[in-house]
Amino acid sequence: MSVEANAKPALLEIKGIKTYYGNIIALKGVDLSVAEGEIVTLIGANGAGKSTLMMTIFGSPRAREGQIIYNGRNITKLATHEIARLGIAQSPEGRRIFPRMSVYENLQMGASLNNFAHFTEDLERVYTLFPRLKDRATQRGGTLSGGEQQMLAIARAIMSRPRLLMLDEPSLGLAPLIALQIFDVIRDLNKREGLTVLLVEQNAFGALKLADRGYVMVNGLITMSGTGKELLARPEVQAAYLEGGH
Amino acid sequence: MDLFLQELINGVTLGAIYGLIAIGYTMVYGIIGMVNFAHGDVFMLSAFIALLFLLLLTQKLGVTFMPLVFVLAALGSMLMTSVWNWAIERIAYRPLRGSFRLAPLISAIGMSIFLSNFVQVAQGPRNKPISNPFGRSITLTHGGQFNVTMSYSDVIIVVVTIALLAGFWFMVRHTSLGRSQRACEQDMKMAALLGVDVNRTVSLTFIIGAALAAVAGSLYLMKYGVINFADGFLPGTKAFTAAVLGGIGSLPGAVLGGLLIGLIETFWSAYFSTDYKDIAAFSILAITLVFLPSGLLGRPEVEKV
Repeated sequence: MSVEANAKPALLEIKGIKTYYGNIIALKGVDLSVAEGEIVTLIGANGAGKSTLMMTIFGSPRAREGQIIYNGRNITKLATHEIARLGIAQSPEGRRIFPRMSVYENLQMGASLNNFAHFTEDLERVYTLFPRLKDRATQRGGTLSGGEQQMLAIARAIMSRPRLLMLDEPSLGLAPLIALQIFDVIRDLNKREGLTVLLVEQNAFGALKLADRGYVMVNGLITMSGTGKELLARPEVQAAYLEGGH
Repeated sequence: MDLFLQELINGVTLGAIYGLIAIGYTMVYGIIGMVNFAHGDVFMLSAFIALLFLLLLTQKLGVTFMPLVFVLAALGSMLMTSVWNWAIERIAYRPLRGSFRLAPLISAIGMSIFLSNFVQVAQGPRNKPISNPFGRSITLTHGGQFNVTMSYSDVIIVVVTIALLAGFWFMVRHTSLGRSQRACEQDMKMAALLGVDVNRTVSLTFIIGAALAAVAGSLYLMKYGVINFADGFLPGTKAFTAAVLGGIGSLPGAVLGGLLIGLIETFWSAYFSTDYKDIAAFSILAITLVFLPSGLLGRPEVEKV
């Protein structure tokens, strides 16, 4: 079963992407699309290639074959920073907070992507979404707890007012309650501001409930796709990713 | 007491010069994790460029007001040396980024040999002297064993260094270029994900390092009145020692290390033996590496993940 993107034109379109680490193939021809205003989730086991796909979209590592089209433009060969400047922000695997910069400076780094347009406004907004970050504004990023770092990584990504927000396992290592809170924030940004989200998650249940559509990745290939509800109902998905329930 | 005071003045001025060079080492190490062994020769090159500007201004253009001549020569040297260092990074280091760690280091050693040989061939192997432009000095104490003096050059060196470091510190802490630099230093890949042009930031780092080295080169020429193609090695290596002593990667550390090495060297010369002053300075390098590998202000390698 395969569900095509809605009638809306795709904001991000990935066609036949193959990525290698040296001679080892990590993505074996991936197709995926995200329409404007959608939340799309990518689920799969560890090592399936989800994070590799997220980074390949940013050209690091670069895809050896295939095309990545963003907003009608082929970005497959652009430099990483040029891709970011097109309005794509990522909260990457491992959070990658700048450890020796303050929380505030980390947020400034996010805002520098769109030259600090609306900086004070956006700062207020992320402080409202994550009040904890306001308390810790002057503290160094490296001294935050895992959950706080996760919040900071997401906050940093939305500081640039991206058109496409990519989140790599935002609930990883978080207490269930905080994970729910983060899902709420994502839903809220999507509903209220029409933010397009590509979400990689190991918490398949939460992600599929949140997402409009989902893709399942196994060993560098997309094996299933469909609406969140459809995927949740499929026995293979239940057996492989929802074991034990939530 | 007089001797102590006099050596303190000498040590601080020498240390200021080392500190300015050391920043170039520590900044480059911080951002791309490479010891730029050619940096001492960039310093030597900058002194030659300053010398050429000096001759051009005084001999060809007939400018006689020496403070102006020196300011223009230093600015000219900063500009030209920046271009040189930008080109060095572009040609010799950038293509090797992402290669094995030793590759850019070997390339830097090659660049160092190239620069000193180039200057030797282009300018000749003999010392190039200039007449001391600021012959006068301020006498601080009278009537002891000798008069303690501070030359105008010494005053200029200290003032220029402090002003430059203040400006530089502000740049690193509070401007978006400084923030981008620190971001690249801490996580180059993430910086790129946030739209930072990493190559441009690295280029600017080399340019800033070269500009500071050029100020050091011009001050060195002014104070000692002589430059030789081989003069990159010793001051360069001592500035590197200073950077290691202060904690490589740390900017205040580079300045502190520079001052300490300058003071150790001059006091050793004054109270023990001039012949062994280099040994004294480099023993510090060995001792630091063995007992305090992260230096005085360097960060120990622990970070919460």
